[in-house]
Amino acid sequence: MSQATQQDAATGVIESVSGPVVTARDLDARMNDVVYVGDEGLMGEVIEIEGDVTTIQVYEETSGVGPGEPVENTGEPLSVDLGPGMLDAIYDGTQRPLDVLEDKMNSAFLDRGVDAPGIDLDKEWAFQPEVEEGDDVSAGDVVGIVEETVTIDHKVMVPPDSDGGEVVAVESGNYTVEETVVELDSGEEISMHQEWPVRTPRPAVEKKTPTQPLISGQRVLDGLFPIAKGGTAAIPGPFGSGKTVTQHQLAKWADADIVVYVGCGERGNEMTEVIEDFPELDDPKTGNPLMARTCLIANTSNMPVAARESCIYTGITIAEFFRDMGYDVALMADSTSRWAEAMREISSRLEEMPGEEGYPAYLSARLSQFYERAGFFENTNGTTGSVSVIGAVSPPGGDFSEPVTQNTLRIVKTFWALDADLAERRHFPSINWNESYSLYRDQLDPWFEENVTEDWSETRQWAIDVLDEESELQEIVQLVGKDALPEDQQLTLEIARYLREAYLQQDAFHPTDTFCPPEKTHSILTTIKTYNDEAFEALDAGVPVEDLVSLDSTPRINRIGVQDEYEEYIEELKDDITEELRGMY
Amino acid sequence: MKEYETINEISGPLVYAEVDEPIGYDEIVEIETEDGRTLRGQVLESNDGLVAIQVFEGTSGIDRNASVRFLGETLKMPVTEDLLGRIMDGTGQPIDGGPEIVPESREDIIGAAINPYSREYPEEFIQTGVSAIDGMNTLVRGQKLPIFSASGLPHNDLALQIARQASVPEEEAEGEDSEFAVIFGAMGITQEEANEFIDDFERTGALERSVVFANLADDPAVERTVTPRLALTTAEYLAFEKDYHVLVILTDMTNYCEALREIGAAREEVPGRRGYPGYMYTDLATLYERAGRIQGREGSVTQIPILTMPGDDDTHPIPDLTGYITEGQIYVDRDLNSQGVQPPVNVLPSLSRLMDDGIGEGLTREDHSDVANQMYAAYAEGENLRDLVNIVGREALSDRDNKYLDFADDFETDFIDQGFDTNRGLEDTLNLGWELLSKLPKAELNRIDEEFIETYYVDDEGEEVEATAD
Ligand SMILES: Nc1ncnc2c1ncn2[C@@H]1O[C@H](COP(=O)(O)OP(=O)(O)O)[C@@H](O)[C@H]1O
Ligand SMILES: [Mg+2]
Repeated sequence: MSQATQQDAATGVIESVSGPVVTARDLDARMNDVVYVGDEGLMGEVIEIEGDVTTIQVYEETSGVGPGEPVENTGEPLSVDLGPGMLDAIYDGTQRPLDVLEDKMNSAFLDRGVDAPGIDLDKEWAFQPEVEEGDDVSAGDVVGIVEETVTIDHKVMVPPDSDGGEVVAVESGNYTVEETVVELDSGEEISMHQEWPVRTPRPAVEKKTPTQPLISGQRVLDGLFPIAKGGTAAIPGPFGSGKTVTQHQLAKWADADIVVYVGCGERGNEMTEVIEDFPELDDPKTGNPLMARTCLIANTSNMPVAARESCIYTGITIAEFFRDMGYDVALMADSTSRWAEAMREISSRLEEMPGEEGYPAYLSARLSQFYERAGFFENTNGTTGSVSVIGAVSPPGGDFSEPVTQNTLRIVKTFWALDADLAERRHFPSINWNESYSLYRDQLDPWFEENVTEDWSETRQWAIDVLDEESELQEIVQLVGKDALPEDQQLTLEIARYLREAYLQQDAFHPTDTFCPPEKTHSILTTIKTYNDEAFEALDAGVPVEDLVSLDSTPRINRIGVQDEYEEYIEELKDDITEELRGMY
Repeated sequence: MKEYETINEISGPLVYAEVDEPIGYDEIVEIETEDGRTLRGQVLESNDGLVAIQVFEGTSGIDRNASVRFLGETLKMPVTEDLLGRIMDGTGQPIDGGPEIVPESREDIIGAAINPYSREYPEEFIQTGVSAIDGMNTLVRGQKLPIFSASGLPHNDLALQIARQASVPEEEAEGEDSEFAVIFGAMGITQEEANEFIDDFERTGALERSVVFANLADDPAVERTVTPRLALTTAEYLAFEKDYHVLVILTDMTNYCEALREIGAAREEVPGRRGYPGYMYTDLATLYERAGRIQGREGSVTQIPILTMPGDDDTHPIPDLTGYITEGQIYVDRDLNSQGVQPPVNVLPSLSRLMDDGIGEGLTREDHSDVANQMYAAYAEGENLRDLVNIVGREALSDRDNKYLDFADDFETDFIDQGFDTNRGLEDTLNLGWELLSKLPKAELNRIDEEFIETYYVDDEGEEVEATAD
């Protein structure tokens, strides 16, 4: 969190305290100003002003805080610190670095009233200018580069609210983030440190239609329901259906430049898992440690609820900042439902008129404002960059008709529907292929056809048709049993079984299967299709279906996923399947 | 300390009093009634001049003339290792007639959140001796794994079996003798049920290393919001200050949630789903998230909360919100129970989220994960076919389908049904799994690494007998 300046501090007095909501009298404040509450100086934000009474949501526990204690206004809106040092960091919902807090509090438990800047203000970075004296620069322009991590060059930019001007002084060297690296003729001094109010989107020139997929290495996603770089996706599902594992898989394997992972109101251990695992893993794109491209925000379920409300904004603002540098950023929010519930909790303390299921009437507006910050953009400095947003949704009782799921589905273009039945059968990822969709499919096909294989969409359509037919047949099977079906349909069921087991299922915990490049995804399909085509030939030639569904070679299809050297394995397997089938007639 | 006689409203468990000094949120209050009883409560809301107080023991007997004292601090639990072996009521007062408790320190019962950065990921396997858990839903130290049950089902027997049998084989092998403690927090259960636990602790000698907090069915409902916090504060102290591995059993979380609902209703809050407060998720998280491990500390807090699902419905807010917070859940199943399966655990909807990192080579056994996955898939398939069999009969099913049906039956009778007194080692559990899986053709075992199939598949019963006869 940005250390707001406290010059014009106006002081008020607490009037009432109810959980995270505090009211104060005699406070001169604007909406969304950051204030320090009580003798301990707990951080809060102004969320309502009525007459002389100012309502504040407090980002820390309020036990023991009482009326009469002071409230101090910083006069600044809730902002984040932007600059080198955000990667490989882990923040709470208001961008306080959790490692620094551990240090400052000297405890494993989160204490109150301790603040810390979002980036290290003392650390020196090697600054490489990208402009010379005499160059004209304007808002957003890149004036220099520092190596933030082994993977990421941090672009030092002219702040968005600058008037720009001519560079009169610039020199390479080691600087802290607050030191001036570029001086303009207007007298403006540019440093690596920017502050930005989290609730305001950072400016860009225009939003464009995305045409590149965000490759996830997850077969069912890349193959059937791809998301674009700059796209939006929702993953709703009951507990235990695989929301978090899917988000973790994306954070690990997605071919984004930067990953911002927001753990919003979820489990502490899941964040610990990321902190422990990611440094051990390699970025599939660069081979560098995964943390070198990752920024973590952890406001777990037991951490203050107001900071849970703000953590989403903290995350998206950081994502936008890297987008401005021309990077492809992917943001995962697990779970947006907890964010919506935080809004509801605060709204009800404010005694606002509740809308559907007690959520405030502005729920849907807030959700769309958030997802609108995703996109593939032309930046003010001429580069292009993207923010992809993938939000988990946790519907009560797994019922998708509830307000958060419904309002989200109205906005996002990719829907990965998780299914408890599939999870119970340990079909993972439990993404229901009948219910899910991606509205990006058609606009991404050209990319896949150019970069992976020409028959990408054709093969996919074949798979979808088989799976569709299977669901229809399954209904009949439930009534009369499989043996009552005609032979060709029995064969289709067997083909569909392989599609489910070898293609749709993927074990996130297997060292090889956890990541499946699009080429491999495609080859698995073509292998099953070889079986399909050859087996139907054989059926036509009079081979009984019992023989066709009990080949020696076909069970090997289910093991393609775990093969490192899959090309050779697949060639051999296809030959064996063909040979075995042709030998039957 | 100032005394007020300014109560101006009493409503359900709440008392409103006027004050002329600032009173802190969550502060502790003592109310003395005219007949000399002292009741304790907590500030729920503090408005200039008016405070809302939630009275733990209930408001009956309080009138306008009762005097109110604000103690100027939030509720604290006096903690010391001497608590081991003691039995307390739901507000932490000893009821066992034992000596006075001399605390080493007094800790705020509203525990601060563990910094996620300071946590250590739990991955130390706890052997419970129950195949349904060890084999299929492995528990690890520092996990929160609730039992989802319903009225009339033997969840207590299962919890007790776990408490009795829990061990860490790895540690035992190394000759380490770690300190183990059980904290039992009862909320609104009957005296009889509570005795079931206490008697079992006594019988097995576990009582000496247990602390019991008992809010019983006829104790005030509001007190139930405090009991688990006392239990967890004690647990954290023993784990993170005194290096104990603490197992916390909380029962019945359903009664706890009812108490939350009652307070919410008395405050005329806008209710969330089915009348439960909108903040119930957050509130439950402040309990469940107190399980875990911390870097650089020896001890751990493992939680087994028990809840009874109203109407056996797991979409009810209590199990639903719990499942969203805890690291898995164990379902106790009515059908299996009526079939006499002991413990009647339905593994299909059950889950241990920390299993993946707690098992495998060097931790349990190399094939553990594959075996579990395969058994899940096979049992689900067999279970799925049962409906069909009822319609078309077994003869109409293929040979393959019949094998899966047999598997599902055997799985329940041989693997799950082990009795509440059998302590089955992990090797036995996994070997038993292989025995069942080996009745399926090898080609069906597509979730198991081929190497493990080579090693563990029981090829032919006859051959096996010969081999052992050698
Ligand atoms: N792709 C996957 N591969 C293997 N196991 C999975 C996969 N997805 C989910 N699981 C299993 O399901 C469990 C629950 O998944 P999780 O993502 O935590 O669910 P949710 O976040 O929806 O509650 C995990 O602990 C894991 O055992
Ligand atoms: Mg999750």
